[in-house]
Amino acid sequence: MRANENEHVIEVTDLRRVYGGGFEAVRGVSFSARRGEVFALLGTNGAGKTSTVELLEGLAVPTGGQVRIFGHDPYTDRAAVRPRTGVMLQEGGFPSDLTVLETTRMWAGSVSGARPPQEILPLVGLSGKDDVRVKQLSGGERRRLDLALALLGDPEVLFLDEPTTGLDAEGRRDTWRLVRDLRDKGTTVLLTTHYLEEAEVLADRLAIMHKGRIATTGTPAEVTAAQPSRITFELPQGYFPGDLPPLDELGVTGHDLEGRTVKLHTHELQRAATRLLVWAERTGVELKGLDVRSASLEEAFLGIAREASAHETPDQGKNITTGKEHAA
Amino acid sequence: MSGTASTTRGTAGGTAGTESARNTAASTPVGRMRALARAELTLLGRSRGTLFAALFVPLVLPLSLYSAAGEMDLDEVGLSIGAMILPGAIGFSLLFAVYSALVGVFVTRREELVLKRLRTGELRDVEILCGASLPSLATGLVQSLVLAVGCALLLDVGAPQAVHLSVLGLLLGLVLCAALAAVTSGFTRTTESAQVTAMPVVMVSMLGSGMAVPLEVLPDRLASFCELLPLTPAVTLLRGGFTGNLSGSETLFAVATGVAWVLLAVFAVRRWFRWEPRR
Repeated sequence: MRANENEHVIEVTDLRRVYGGGFEAVRGVSFSARRGEVFALLGTNGAGKTSTVELLEGLAVPTGGQVRIFGHDPYTDRAAVRPRTGVMLQEGGFPSDLTVLETTRMWAGSVSGARPPQEILPLVGLSGKDDVRVKQLSGGERRRLDLALALLGDPEVLFLDEPTTGLDAEGRRDTWRLVRDLRDKGTTVLLTTHYLEEAEVLADRLAIMHKGRIATTGTPAEVTAAQPSRITFELPQGYFPGDLPPLDELGVTGHDLEGRTVKLHTHELQRAATRLLVWAERTGVELKGLDVRSASLEEAFLGIAREASAHETPDQGKNITTGKEHAA
Repeated sequence: MSGTASTTRGTAGGTAGTESARNTAASTPVGRMRALARAELTLLGRSRGTLFAALFVPLVLPLSLYSAAGEMDLDEVGLSIGAMILPGAIGFSLLFAVYSALVGVFVTRREELVLKRLRTGELRDVEILCGASLPSLATGLVQSLVLAVGCALLLDVGAPQAVHLSVLGLLLGLVLCAALAAVTSGFTRTTESAQVTAMPVVMVSMLGSGMAVPLEVLPDRLASFCELLPLTPAVTLLRGGFTGNLSGSETLFAVATGVAWVLLAVFAVRRWFRWEPRR
């Protein structure tokens, strides 16, 4: 382990990736990760997470921008980077007719300073599976095997593309524990996930990607804090949105109306909730389905998706945002 | 914790022994390819279809050549039955045990995402291709030797007149078949269709490269066209090695054509080889 804990081992600058057909999967992404940090890339399917990670892994040449791993270009300077990185792709790539042990042995033969298979397989909960063919493994077991191979060479940087997809709750917690242990030993982990909970419990810092761009980034707390809290209720019979108290007065930054369900967004949850309830009390109406919720990563995530869809379908009338939606 | 211990890791892989303590067991190209080849050999042993085509077909096809040879006027062109059958049989081995088998290997590994996964590690691209090819190349090599010994014993071919030409022909054929297989895999979508996409090279080589029919019995104009086909130089050199009647210029032409095909195939691999499935 190096002494300099603040060294940026992953540096990504204005990264772009355009596929052969002209599809722009990554549109100017920049971030960095320090030694011993877990950095999570969050996003919906198609947000560009995997396209980004593949560039970091050195599998393809970026269309624009640059990637530096330990200061090296992972594509052109492969020999310098690969012995120090471990990769788990989104989908395992193992010959289906090899056994677990044969697969691990093959991989160990191609890794510098590989740990013995007998040591690595129990670590991911695959003891006793040595002679099982890969095609007979469950989806979760295959993910574990993939993780084992990524860990064989004690990598300094670990890329995990959706490491817990297909795992049951227990397997997921096992993987989380493993990732935390690795981080504590100084391993830098870059993981992608669409489980918000996973990012919330594991990530030191995260970035939410949307349509090839980073929509917001920071620690989970920072990202959450930037998001509005939410009040949801059903509009009482005979009332219209205009009958509510002026939204500015409530401290509401925006609102949606879906059917008769009103959703208010606010950064001053207590003030908004109090004034809304006082209004309901005075008017003598019952706010059915009342739900008051402070910001969460999920809210941040949905907020980004909502903002984006508002830009895409301005004429559908569903989104009646009056105030300016908060930009992170 | 001292900050100087591992500052040289970035140069690992260079020739100087600068690896830090943790990197003592740095992987080597030979070690990496050996690990991959070992896995591929295991897989070859478990793939019954490939094994049958690779081991059985090249040993049985020469029998049909034997009956066909009886109908050709070989004496007129100065070929013994052995000199007609053996190079053809080795050619079949190259086509089935090496070329066809490797098209299947490359396509299957690509579709299973094995190639993509391997590329995330320390193996370089060329090491992946060579390592995966080794078991099939070894099969082709051993089979050729078995055929040579078998023909020597059964058909009284006698010792080759110019061994170096036969060896050169065999090596050219092996390398070219592996490279052509990689190119063909780039145009093959599924493991199933590998049987079909491999057919053109197999058919054209069997008929036109002097395997089933020696070029000597073909009309001149057709023969000089067939000399330009990819596997003709290998078969010509193999045959020349046994008969010993290949002139200097003929040898040179065959070697030049063979090398040109190898270069062309390597270029094509770099250009068209696919490491990942199409999505």
